[in-house]
Order: sequence, then structure tokens, then C-alpha cells
Amino acid sequence: MKILVTAKRIPDPGQKIKLKGNALDLSAANWQLNQFDEYAVEAALRLTEDGAAPATRQGAVTVASLGPADVQQQLRSALAMGADKAIRVEAKDEELDAVIVAKTLEKLVRRDQPDLVLMGKLAADNEGNDVGQRLAALLGWPQATFACSIQVVDGGKALLVGREVDNGVEIKKVRLPAVVTVDLRIIAPQAVKNGRTAANFAYPEGPRYASLKGIRAAKDKPIEALTLSGLGVSTALQVKTHGSELPPARQAGKKIASVHELVEKLRSEAKVL
Amino acid sequence: MALPTTYSFETEEHADLRRQVRRFAEQQIAPHSHHWDEAEEFPRELYREAAAAGVLGVSYPPELGGAGGDLTHGLVVADALVYHGRSVGTAGSLGSHAISLPLILNLGTTAQKEQHIPPVLRGEKIAALAITEPGAGSDVASLSTSAVRDGDHYIVNGSKIFITSGCRADLVVVAVRTNPDRSLRHLGLTLLVIERNTPGFVASRKLKKTGWWSSDTAELSFSDCRVPVANRLGEEGSGFFAIIQNFAAERLLLAAQCVAVAQLAYDESVAYAKTREAFGKTLSGFQVTRHKLADMATRIVPIRSLVGDLAMRLARGQASMAEVAMAKNAATDMCSFVCDQAVQLHGGMGYMRETLVERLDRDARLFPIGAGTREIMNEIIARAEGY
Repeated sequence: MKILVTAKRIPDPGQKIKLKGNALDLSAANWQLNQFDEYAVEAALRLTEDGAAPATRQGAVTVASLGPADVQQQLRSALAMGADKAIRVEAKDEELDAVIVAKTLEKLVRRDQPDLVLMGKLAADNEGNDVGQRLAALLGWPQATFACSIQVVDGGKALLVGREVDNGVEIKKVRLPAVVTVDLRIIAPQAVKNGRTAANFAYPEGPRYASLKGIRAAKDKPIEALTLSGLGVSTALQVKTHGSELPPARQAGKKIASVHELVEKLRSEAKVL
Repeated sequence: MALPTTYSFETEEHADLRRQVRRFAEQQIAPHSHHWDEAEEFPRELYREAAAAGVLGVSYPPELGGAGGDLTHGLVVADALVYHGRSVGTAGSLGSHAISLPLILNLGTTAQKEQHIPPVLRGEKIAALAITEPGAGSDVASLSTSAVRDGDHYIVNGSKIFITSGCRADLVVVAVRTNPDRSLRHLGLTLLVIERNTPGFVASRKLKKTGWWSSDTAELSFSDCRVPVANRLGEEGSGFFAIIQNFAAERLLLAAQCVAVAQLAYDESVAYAKTREAFGKTLSGFQVTRHKLADMATRIVPIRSLVGDLAMRLARGQASMAEVAMAKNAATDMCSFVCDQAVQLHGGMGYMRETLVERLDRDARLFPIGAGTREIMNEIIARAEGY
């Protein structure tokens, strides 16, 4: 199976957010791979392996990202996990919106014709959660979002995708080629079944570690460099950011002596009654 | 934050490795670090998990199941494992193969390497090194555990003490005297791989220590223990020089642990000084505290540079034993100072078992003793300097 995985770099969510004027100040950001995209890489690798150690692969995993030259570092870490090659489309973060990203991915998909596009369900920085859906619409492909499990069926022609919904797990069958976005439970030990591993085969929980061997091998794997104009994508932004502000600082709590006082404060201060 | 928390030699490759080790240590060691220390043990399963995370194989050749890399990569692993795992004892025991496997790697035959090294790097077996005896430690040439040849076997008698991972080890590289002529001193020493369940070999005692509680430290006893001659590493009499050669990397890794421990104690102290209030302001509001912290930082930084520089040169074979000895002493002195200051800065809390710096201070006490004492280091330096 030929799989295209998308990868976005995001500022370390553990870092404090800084503002410069009314814009985000990312000059001191520690960039890392969006964790849902890391889960997508793991899921893609599981789909192309046979579960043996060392694994023999069937198919290929390409990881694609839009961003400045630094994004190579995040792409290399996906390659170190085991992906076969990478594509970087040169772009500045502030020059991108979900439409441009989806249209760029559409071009890549039409050019490379993967059987499956695997994506994180959202990027943990702006939590947009719309590129996967847009891409599926642009391609006219079936989509299954928020996957918590993936099973290859019909001799590799379709997937059963589990999605956690309010009252259980919904199973969608999608014919390939398709777009699937993954949620965090896709990295559970038995979440991915590719039809070649034993029915009870269990991976270690979580995205795999890259060994030093993998890190070294990643250096020799190709990263193709493309541009938006080269792909013929319009760079006109359809979503503009007008400003960013921090949520108001949290106030210290108050101790209240009686229910009467509580109701009084809910009425006079919180104004919720 | 101006203090460097990485080594200057680190390339993108080292940074990637550091990230992996950090993730492993943060997720699989740090949450348990206090509990494992109090329980004086960590789960054996951690070896397999460390292997799966690519931690154990670093600086071993890929053909033996290793991940490749040299001493600089080993240093990054040691640093990140201690700093992010927050348990010196766990990191020490998890890494006990780092002092025993190199002897098999350097002296062993292809068959011995293929038999013993891959299972340890897969986390299936635990390896330890046994040199020190109740009657001889620093004075390696006076070791008395004997191995008398009897056909295809050696009959080993004697005991070993202070052996890291000794209780749980599946294979122990043991220094024995194969030549009964004691006047030969160090030339009579040979290394044997002695496997668990060999009749006559028992871990006779788990030792109670000042620090490193989560690390198992044992006394081993050998009585008429029959060890196949095939388990001998190198020729008879080759043990001493192999041990000495092995010491350089061991001492430098220990110095790296000192840097990580001190960095941790310092960071804990800064965080505490910024939140703890006294006389109406935070501790960091007092000049005396700020200067104490500045002194701690100033001690750590040059040692990190020294250790990093030496690692690069040692990896290229360009550093002397005396330089390593100096680095070890400088690092252990620095670590003792920083941990002591950290406890002082924490006041009463610094004396409580629930406080990390209390544990680090106890753990740090080992460093000027282990892998060659401070005094032995000075002897090496004095000899090299010619006085």
C-alpha cells in the first residue's frame, strides 16, 4: 500500500505562549512534529509492515510537510521512525491557510497517486481540523475522520475505520483510495490490522521510538523540495489572522461561607442567575 | 535560561537521540523514580522497554544488535536518562551493561560476542561487572578470587562485593586470579563470563546503601563454581589491562552523570527559590540566594565543557587516562558541591525523603568512590605528571 502522511510542525505545546503586539511571538518556539501526525506516521508504518522483527515492508510511506527549511528536522524524525521518503513544500507559516494546504496536498496526491492519505485529525497548535476534510472533497475521495482503529479488508481494496462517537464506536467502510484522519487511540497496541500480521499481534503502545540506527538511516533518505508556484497553487490567503490575544489571567478563587452567599455572588458578580 | 543543557559536540543526530531518550525517561522512569527508590528495586521489564526505545544499544555495533554510535552518543544517553528520568539508581542499574559488555566486545571471540551481547541489548538478559572484593578494591592487583584449571573448566572460589545489578544479573564478567603465583600481581588476572544458575555461584546478599536505592547492589559468592574454559575472555593474564582500558569510558560516563545530577539539583533549586517565600518575598528575592545559585551554575558549566571535550577526544583515541581522572575528580567535586548547596537552599525540606535534592545528595556521594576513588584518580594524575 502506498501511503501519503502529512506532517505539520507546531510549537511545543508545553511552552508558554508569548505575544508580540497582537501577534504570536514564535521566535523562541521549540518546534516539534504535531503529535497527531506522529500517530499517523505510526499507523502508516503499521499498515505496511508484517509485524516480524526486523519487519519486512510492503508498500511505501511518504511524509509531506509545508514549511520553511527547518521543517526538515521534523521530516527527518518521521524518516527516522521508518518512513521511506519525504516531501517539503517551501512556505512560510504565515503565508498558509487550510485552503492553500489542502490544495497543495491535492496536487501532491494527483501527482503521486497514493492509495491512502493518512493525517492527524488536527494540528495541536490552532486545532483547525479541516484540512483532511477539504482534501477529501477536492479529490472526490471517501473520508473517515478521527480514526481510532483501521483494518484492511477486501484484499486491500477497502478499510474498516473505527471512530469513537458518543455512544460507542462507529465503523465506517471506505473504499481506497481514501483520506483518513487519526485520533490518539490509533496508537493503541491492536488498533491497526493490515491483514498480514497475526490476529492477536500487538505493537508497543504509542508511536515508535527512532533508534540511533534509524536516525542515521534517515540522513540518507530523500527529501524532495517543491514550491507552491511550482505545483501551481494559488497563494492568495482566504483566511486572514487579524490578531491574537491571551485568555484573561485566571483569578484567585474565593471562599464562600454559606449557600446564601454563593447564590448572592452568582447573581451579583458572576451574573449567571 | 542561559545554562547549556546539551554538549557542544551535539549534532542534529545527537539531538534526535536525546529527544528519544528524553521521551523514554520522562514517560517510563520519572513518574516512578521516587517509588522505585523507596522500594529499592525497579521492574525488570524496564530493560526490555529501554531496548525497544533504542536506549540500550547505543554505542554498540549494529551487527551485534546495537544501534551504532560512539562514546559521544553514550554520553548523550547517560545525560538524558539521568536528567529526565530523575533516578540515578535506575539509570545506573539499567546501564550496568555499559561497564561489562565492552570487555566482551574488546576481548571476546566472535562466538562469545554473538552469544552474550545481543540478548543484553534486547533487554532479555542483564549484564554486570564484578571486580571489587571484600579484601581488595582500588588495589586491583591484590584480588584473590581464584580460578583453578580442571580440564575444560575453571573452579572458581572467592567473593565479590558492591556489584551493580549483581542480584539480577544473568551474566557477570568476573575478574579472577588464574595463576596461583601471587607475586605476579596484576599479571595473574583473567576475566571470565559467569552465568546465572552456574552451580556454586550465588548472589549472597543485597546490600543496603547510602544512595542509589533503586539500583540492586550485591555481594556475590563463588564456591567450587565450575566455569567452562570457553567462557574465558582473552588469554589468561589479560584481565588487568582490559579492565584498565575499560575504565576510561566508565569514568567519563560517570562524570557525565555528575553533570546531569548537578543540573537537576540546580534546576530544582531555582524552581524552589522562585516560589518559596520567607520574610515577605521569595528566596530568589534575596541576594544571598541568587549568588548561591549563580555559584552552582558557574561550577556546572565548565565541567560540562570539559566532559564533552574529553568525550570527543576519547572517541578519537586522543585523551590520556590522567585527563579522564582529572575530569572525574572535577566532576564529582562539582556534583557534591552543587547537591550540598541544593539541600541547604531547600532548608528543612531539603532534609526530607520526599524531596528530590535530598535523594540526589545521597546519590552523589557514590561518585567520588565508584569507578576508581578520588585518591586513585590523583595517583594516576601524579604518575602521569611525573612526581
